[in-house]
Amino acid sequence: MYETSYHRPSSLADAASLLANASDGRLIAGGQTLIPTMKQRLAAPSDLVDVAGIAEMKSIAVEGDTVSIGAACTHSDVATSDAVRGAIPGLAELAGMIGDPAVRHRGTLGGSLANNDPAADYPAVVLALGATIHTDRRQIAAADFFDGMFSTSLEDGEIVTRVVFPIPEKSAYAKFRNPASGYAMAGVFVARMKDGAVRVGVTGASGNGVFRSAEIEKALLDSWSPAAIEPLTISAEDMLSDIHGSAAYRANLVKVMAKRAVAAIA
Amino acid sequence: MSTIALKVNGKDVSTEVEDRALLVELIREELKLTGTHVGCDTSQCGACVVHVDGVAMKSCTMFAVQANGADVRTIEGVAEGDALHPMQAAFAEHHGLQCGFCTPGMVMTAIDMVRRLGNDLDEATIRHELEGNICRCTGYQNIVKAIKAGASAMAS
Repeated sequence: MYETSYHRPSSLADAASLLANASDGRLIAGGQTLIPTMKQRLAAPSDLVDVAGIAEMKSIAVEGDTVSIGAACTHSDVATSDAVRGAIPGLAELAGMIGDPAVRHRGTLGGSLANNDPAADYPAVVLALGATIHTDRRQIAAADFFDGMFSTSLEDGEIVTRVVFPIPEKSAYAKFRNPASGYAMAGVFVARMKDGAVRVGVTGASGNGVFRSAEIEKALLDSWSPAAIEPLTISAEDMLSDIHGSAAYRANLVKVMAKRAVAAIA
Repeated sequence: MSTIALKVNGKDVSTEVEDRALLVELIREELKLTGTHVGCDTSQCGACVVHVDGVAMKSCTMFAVQANGADVRTIEGVAEGDALHPMQAAFAEHHGLQCGFCTPGMVMTAIDMVRRLGNDLDEATIRHELEGNICRCTGYQNIVKAIKAGASAMAS
């Protein structure tokens, strides 16, 4: 790992100015992706600005028809939060399936979203529920946030502070883990919203990162059941193809995971 | 370089570290507490698990400066003098180890498991909760038995 300078600001304003004044600064919170990346020398930031201690980024609250979660909340915070479990159990369940217990004690919601790993879990629920990503500058709709593999619409130095999730009528997540890495080879978050709309977010499978599956949404709108998904053939176009699985294999996994998610709450 | 102050196994430690130094490097190389191991160095194997403010974390995937002000506990700090921690005693009693390399991380993870899930752990839960700890000897059978017994023993 190359040398770096570490900073731990206690306010968002201080974090933003530290980042602005660094020659090549990066935010860090849990560091569960960034530290391994730095070890491999794939990242070599001059400065690390740690936002894990910023109080306003750590709270979880149910506000009206939404759940608002600070970006510095760990996966474990989200998985075990009574507020989240009560309002959006599918979200708590998803958070509890990320990595392993020790990783969940450090990794954060904001870090996962800003990184936008194509096999990360959080993008599936954020896109499926149509969450709003709050930053120190603006609010970004989930549909405008994810911008392909490891890419988002965040500007240089922009800090994700909070994510606000609409509370669905019901939702669930199912994923097929890569047996070695634990990352999703296909992860599907299904939700029926309070207005009756059906929204489905898919992660892990596509080379373009997270996406919504219009065909699964349509099938579930007609009939909310695993059987409704059965006749579909998910296109293998754009699906990832590597030593772990071909594009066709992943396309089929999307269908199987969607069925399992629906079956869990049918 | 940064000067940090933290507690390790109940003792105050104040030291200067490179900002890029990992917590496990501080623990092993500076404090010479070599019970915490580095297996994979890629946050997969769990041999480096320690408790930071009472919570299990992988010390190979955390900077030492991030532990500034924290209360860190390593495998060396769980026994009370000569009396093994009930989880350590259970690993000895049930032979929950073969080569022993993964054992410190297993014990620290097991104690954290009890903190989160209570003393009555079934086998399926224990196996699932061990997803971040790898035993390269594949000695899981006795590790699971040891954790089940150790969890019960921690209640008394």
